[in-house]
Amino acid sequence: MQVDFHAPYKDRVRQALSDPNLRSAVSRATDRMSDARHTSMDSIEGQKLRTQVRQMKEHVLRNWPEYLEQLETNLTSNGCTVHWAEGIEDAQAIVKDIALQNSAKLIVKSKSMATEEIHLNHAMEEAGLRVVETDLGEYIIQLADEPPSHIVAPVIHKRLEEIAEVFQEKLDMPPTREPTKMTSLARARLRQEFFAATMGISGCNFAIAETGTICIVTNEGNGRMVSSMPRVYVAVMGIEKLVPTVEDAYLQLQALCRSATGQNLTVYCSMTSGPRQEGDVDGPEQVHVVLLDNGRSRMFARGYGEALMCIRCGACLNACPVYQEIGGHAYGSTYNGPIGAVITPALAPEIGQFKELPHATSLCGACREVCPVKIDLPRLLLDLRSDLVQQGVSPKSEAWGIKSYASLMSSRRTYESLGKMASIGSNVYAGLSGGNIKFMPPPLNGWTAYRDFAPFAPKSFRHWWRQRKKLRGQT
Amino acid sequence: MHKATFEQRPQRVALFVTCMVDMLYPGVGIATCELLEKNGVEVVFPEEQTCCGQPAFNAGYRDEARKLARRFLSIFGPLVESGEVDAVVAPSGSCATMTSHFFEAIFQESKELDLSHQAERLASVTFELTEFLVDVLGLVDTGAHLQGKAVYHPCCHLYRELGVDEQPRKLLDSVEGLEMVDLPHAQDCCGFGGLFAIKNSGISAAMGRAKARSAQQSGADAIVLCDVSCMTHINGILSREGVSCRAHHIAEVLNDHLGSSLTTPSTPPPAQADHPRRWGE
Repeated sequence: MQVDFHAPYKDRVRQALSDPNLRSAVSRATDRMSDARHTSMDSIEGQKLRTQVRQMKEHVLRNWPEYLEQLETNLTSNGCTVHWAEGIEDAQAIVKDIALQNSAKLIVKSKSMATEEIHLNHAMEEAGLRVVETDLGEYIIQLADEPPSHIVAPVIHKRLEEIAEVFQEKLDMPPTREPTKMTSLARARLRQEFFAATMGISGCNFAIAETGTICIVTNEGNGRMVSSMPRVYVAVMGIEKLVPTVEDAYLQLQALCRSATGQNLTVYCSMTSGPRQEGDVDGPEQVHVVLLDNGRSRMFARGYGEALMCIRCGACLNACPVYQEIGGHAYGSTYNGPIGAVITPALAPEIGQFKELPHATSLCGACREVCPVKIDLPRLLLDLRSDLVQQGVSPKSEAWGIKSYASLMSSRRTYESLGKMASIGSNVYAGLSGGNIKFMPPPLNGWTAYRDFAPFAPKSFRHWWRQRKKLRGQT
Repeated sequence: MHKATFEQRPQRVALFVTCMVDMLYPGVGIATCELLEKNGVEVVFPEEQTCCGQPAFNAGYRDEARKLARRFLSIFGPLVESGEVDAVVAPSGSCATMTSHFFEAIFQESKELDLSHQAERLASVTFELTEFLVDVLGLVDTGAHLQGKAVYHPCCHLYRELGVDEQPRKLLDSVEGLEMVDLPHAQDCCGFGGLFAIKNSGISAAMGRAKARSAQQSGADAIVLCDVSCMTHINGILSREGVSCRAHHIAEVLNDHLGSSLTTPSTPPPAQADHPRRWGE
């Protein structure tokens, strides 16, 4: 069963869990990426690299406005046009205007989470423009009319058979299960689009402030074509995706490639510092950079600035046992996995709009262990839970339950009496149901839906302790 | 986390038994107590202790967590500061994480700096059981015997927050007769996660079943771990799935509570991994 991206959270999770193909597809791919990451980071001084990148990103955040201004100045002097977009509508309008001014009909796009975040394709299509995704994974899910389910591997949730079906249906591909044949077909189709497009849109993996350079990394070369072949090139970047210097760019590039796919370097790293200059043989005539806030400064002000250091490598998704079980669509948000569970509510106008996400984690900490920027994701998730409680978004029954528990546990006497009652009750009940408790009333039925529960011990530890003391004649 | 170094071998420790061990698995508490005493450490059990407040903290209820944290500090703080005990020992990585990592943080948040400092001091002498046995007492072999094949599951708080992993493995390696085999994907969370097991019970159980599959793949008779919360979850899954393998707390293995052999009985044992045989004494 496919996950309906727009269904309520509980339904999405149920759909994801009841699809055995989803789990096997996702866990196989994430395991492979995790292993590759591990090998690649181990082959260098991985811990040192993480520390260096962390320090660099902290420095950027401390001097955020200055670096943004420096970037703007340098981009402008390189001949780029810089646009500032506060929210989704602004960003959509800016890109749409650029397209209309240039009479663009066909737009080719390189993979970009920032444009997913602002639902750009949808907006452009509504304006009568044709948008073609050119990253193979994105191309597949665009054909299938689905959102990406992983930050770097958008089609991770699909098996080869399912992709073949999409190609047969949408591209009239003759039946085949051979990846090379399928890839060749996509390549041939995309090549035509690159030649015909007036405008190219990409995201931005990072921008270098001191030189005014937009960097995108890809493995398929589509990013290079998107940024160099069409007459107009637009890069949409989140305002946190900054590095101060070329040396810092090298650091981040290493951390990104190694953490994302385990490559020492991606096949392509395309750097654009401005439009075609006189005498250049190729390159776009116009370069536009859209600096997107869309909640980032709000997130910083809310105390979740640490998550703005994220370089979108996806390593935390690959390491996350929850993500492995449910995949990306169950999160119901552009960004998923542990980082998505943090930044989706933190970027949103109201944290409570995504109240389930901070709870969609066992807080195991596997994400923090692999994060190239050492973002303390479990602590941020705990902070979000606390914010949800502060804002009164958490269920009333839960609040009542936790408050009662805290009061009851504040007295030894109450604690001991409750323990005795639970022991007698649970043992009688377990005795009737054959040794184990197989059903408990709500909210504990969540437990017994999938697991047995052993009754409380007949006598507590403290009882033993007192007995022993008595036997030894102590008081 | 800065841990105290002891110039002299600690003489007395306060046992933070944890509410789950107290009420659900007293055998684990007894084993902990006896292991410490066998190795020349006197155990004090402050009877005022209840719960450290982790469920409230985990769910986002910081005020309620602080209420119980204050209470905990008022019980254990004076014992340590008066020198009556040298350290606090808990048979749980998770509860030790709560008191030694999160207490300090929640009092910093509420700007109760006295309490935050007190929590910091307490944290420096708070140890998870195996951490205390190996790092502080220098123990490697507890002299335990047990026939069978087992895997070690590193519980998340113990492994990732406290950084304790070698210690329990060392102790298990020296149990006579016990063959320790590798658990595939050992570092994957079992899916317990406190309130997560209730709120997101479907995902939690799926993770638990993945852990059960790994244990079965390893061919082990038992899973040994250092936290009874994860043990309750794993055993609940194993029992429901009809798998005979069970999870056991390390204290019971190290203190010979499980009999002489792990070999699977013909009918699967109940979800409870506790063996109240010590009650005859």
